[in-house]
Amino acid sequence: MTPAIELLDVHKSFGGTSIIRGVSLTLEPGQRHALIGPNGAGKSTLFNLITGKYPLTSGLIRLKGEDVNGLRPYEINRRGLSRSFQVTNIFPRLSVFENVRCAVLWSLGYRYSFWHLVNAAREVRERTEMVLEQLNLTARRHMPAGMLAYAEQRALEIGITIGGGADVILLDEPTAGMSRSETEHVVQLIRQVSAGKTLLMVEHDMSVVFDLADKIAVLVYGQVIAHDAPERIRANPAVQEAYLGVAQTATA
Amino acid sequence: MSELVVFSVLNGLVYGMLLFMLASGLTLIFGMMGVLNFAHAAFYMLGAYFAYTISLYTGFWPGLVVAPLAVGLLGAATERYGLRRVHGFGHVAELIFTFGVAIVIGEVVQLVWGRPAKSYEGPAALDFALFHLFRSSFPAYKAFMLGISVAIFLFLLAILTRTRAGLIIQASLTHPGMVGMLGHNVPRVFMVVFGIGSALAGLAGVIAGPVLGTFPGMAQVLGSIVFVVVVIGGLGSLTGAFVASLLIGIVQTFAVALNVSVGDVAGAAGIRVASLPALHDLWRITVAQVAPILPYLLLVLVLIVRPTGLFGTRET
Amino acid sequence: MPTPTAARMISVADAARPSPLRRYGAWAAAAVALALLPHVLRAPAAVPVMNQMGIAVVFALSYNMLLGQGGMLSFGHAVYFGVGGFLAAHALNLAAQQGLWLPVPLVPIAGGLGGLLFAAIVGSFSTNRAGTVFAMISLGIAEMMAASALIFDRFFGGEEGITTNRAKAASLGGLHFTTDRDVYYLIAVWVLISAAAMYVFSLTPAGRMANAVRDNPERTEFVGYSQRWVRYVSFCASGLFAGVAGGLFAVNYEILTAENMGLNASGSVLLMTYIGGIGTFAGPILGAIVFTFLQSMLSDYTSVWLLYLGLVFLAAVLFVPVGLAGVLAMHGPAWRNQRFGRLAGPYLAAAVVTLVTLVGVIGCLEMVYFFVSAPAGQVTKQLFWLTVNVYTATPWAAFLALIVLGGLGMRWAGPRAAAAFADASLPRAAR
Repeated sequence: MTPAIELLDVHKSFGGTSIIRGVSLTLEPGQRHALIGPNGAGKSTLFNLITGKYPLTSGLIRLKGEDVNGLRPYEINRRGLSRSFQVTNIFPRLSVFENVRCAVLWSLGYRYSFWHLVNAAREVRERTEMVLEQLNLTARRHMPAGMLAYAEQRALEIGITIGGGADVILLDEPTAGMSRSETEHVVQLIRQVSAGKTLLMVEHDMSVVFDLADKIAVLVYGQVIAHDAPERIRANPAVQEAYLGVAQTATA
Repeated sequence: MSELVVFSVLNGLVYGMLLFMLASGLTLIFGMMGVLNFAHAAFYMLGAYFAYTISLYTGFWPGLVVAPLAVGLLGAATERYGLRRVHGFGHVAELIFTFGVAIVIGEVVQLVWGRPAKSYEGPAALDFALFHLFRSSFPAYKAFMLGISVAIFLFLLAILTRTRAGLIIQASLTHPGMVGMLGHNVPRVFMVVFGIGSALAGLAGVIAGPVLGTFPGMAQVLGSIVFVVVVIGGLGSLTGAFVASLLIGIVQTFAVALNVSVGDVAGAAGIRVASLPALHDLWRITVAQVAPILPYLLLVLVLIVRPTGLFGTRET
Repeated sequence: MPTPTAARMISVADAARPSPLRRYGAWAAAAVALALLPHVLRAPAAVPVMNQMGIAVVFALSYNMLLGQGGMLSFGHAVYFGVGGFLAAHALNLAAQQGLWLPVPLVPIAGGLGGLLFAAIVGSFSTNRAGTVFAMISLGIAEMMAASALIFDRFFGGEEGITTNRAKAASLGGLHFTTDRDVYYLIAVWVLISAAAMYVFSLTPAGRMANAVRDNPERTEFVGYSQRWVRYVSFCASGLFAGVAGGLFAVNYEILTAENMGLNASGSVLLMTYIGGIGTFAGPILGAIVFTFLQSMLSDYTSVWLLYLGLVFLAAVLFVPVGLAGVLAMHGPAWRNQRFGRLAGPYLAAAVVTLVTLVGVIGCLEMVYFFVSAPAGQVTKQLFWLTVNVYTATPWAAFLALIVLGGLGMRWAGPRAAAAFADASLPRAAR
């Protein structure tokens, strides 16, 4: 089976500083993967490399078997990969409904059309309403997105990410800054929207990670030191030393 | 021929250094605050008019000091009470605001001083020919202009590289946010820089008024060229402003002096002119006619190919 | 297949959309009003000014496609207006010469094509980036065109420009356009068509994504859209309608000069669009009407009308960035709450003191102008139906006193008006 995402000896430097120092990772399709690691390890950089925001310094990145190095973000998105952002990156002046609709338009083939009316396109409306319902934001559909509460904005962030129907989903710290109950809702949402798709998420909340992930990759100082099932990761001494050690004492 | 070259170089230097006085203020303001000040050339015009009015009562020399000071204060007030309010609305709003200020200053100048050009003269003490070469002479006043411009350049260099305030300004040119985090009163630094930049523009007006003319359209004539200089040199880079000012100054002066047509140039390069009526207009164009377009052509090309300009590091 | 709950949502959404009456009612009312205006306003100066307004409305709406909808600030939009106008004039002349069938009502199409073509060329490189770079490129292009006009004088007519004559055109169904009034109806029809087309554009994927690119260009790339292409489509559409306005100009005035493409024209459209309000569709319409009115009416009474307009513009940028239409829209809640009447008193007080201040300011400025520019020997001036001697202290003191009084009054009345507005706009439940 073609891996959803393949990274082969990826290096990335900014000026003289090496951030990603030889990462090789294979993500099998249909599974939920988590990417964990200490701050500064390069997790967001890796996301930016995969989604086309930065070019690679060296190495290969393949999406569903196709080399995507050098492609613009929208070209990669059109091939079925979509991402969310750690710092909420929505369209603040547009309504919640319109935010999701933006994500839906391209995937339904409307492109740069100036000969269709968005309001008249039934499928666009239906798809947008469906996503809104999944996000539990139907009641807020007319509110300018900038006025939503934080947790609702994070949910909308996810909604924009999955609206286009991408089958490879990247989520960057989806539960950052959330309370216990908000986190539980978001986990439910993530479980729902990633059913049958490939998910890669960066997370610091270990309970979320161990709850959702089928496989966990650990990134430390620009290198992947382990990529395995959750129980084996938990037991891995190198991982414990580099990262989990702190969390273990906290829960003990 | 060599007479043409020598005097074109000299005049180009004078014009170029004048452009630098204007461009340095503009690029400093942009580098620090991210706003391209459309009203910069209007402050230049105000400097000339203030100096003119002062010269009616006291002669040329007091205006050299008082006018730039007045313009600088006005600039600082514009930042404090106007620009600061719009700062939060984004760069587009700031551009629109300075555009409005430029219009209002232009209209106020017309209101207070009238539409006809003013006979603002240089000091009698400098009204002689510094030297004669071939059949032309080089006025002492132009040498004075060059002297003031070079002095300002050295002064700026000294302040920016050798004083603490200068270091803060240099740092704010590339990392304004960080400088704020370090505890400096960034809004006050902005106001001071805006004031100094405007004062420099006013000083340029004071010395250029007698030579380039003191009339309500003087802001438009020079304003766009200064933008070109700043963009080509690199937004926020003083070295870039210096290099680009001299480059544009000399190239423009040469282009105006030359009177060959495009057809002559093409012919010299061995290209025969086909007698196509549509291209006839094109072939008859002289370099002097094209001269006004050249800077803007360069501007657009630089913005497309390398928006950071020759020496700049930022484009917005 | 949508879930049952989704289906319920959709029917709710359908019900929430305005009925056809409300949707098309505004347009029908506008059409009727436009048809009746020349009969209502019978002054001889009215129709030419209304023609000017119509052209300005189309031009300003096209500009707002860039500024308000797309977030792109252009200092050279008049270039597309001018190129369209020149092409329309040439087309009309050519048709008359060669006996081609180009009736006057179709001339703006030629204008639109000219604007579209030129925008397609310039946009191919200028829409790479938005923001300051885009603004600077637009300025460079405007300057280049201004300088080129004198060089390519076959197309631009050099110093005298290009003239044309609509009487020489073929007729469409027996319609001739000889008088200003005939041209008015032509312009009115084109204004309706253009405004409707631009409104519909804003409801298409291209138009909606233009809003998205304005708000967050990076994010649109991550949902599959190239921000460059979205901007390019908006840019070309905006150039098209600017060209239509240029074509209407050619038909109305029968002459185009390089001035019509120049920086002053570009500055004017920025001013009128911003004053009207860039955040709503109707804002530029309002701004174009008000600006044209002030420009044509004021210039009869004062030579410093541009100063007044510039001051109004600055006031808008500093204090009322939402523009006239924005201010009107802000009163929506108060209208819906039916508490509009409560605003009458405080607003009237604020209006009176503002008027007093304005009279003082205008008086001083006019006297300064007179002082500086009046011919020698004239000492008195007509001002506000009074004859004042500018060289005495009394009028100066009087106007300055008005400014001071009005200013103090504004400090008293302003907060009261703001409080009344806030109170009237509160949702009913909050009482």
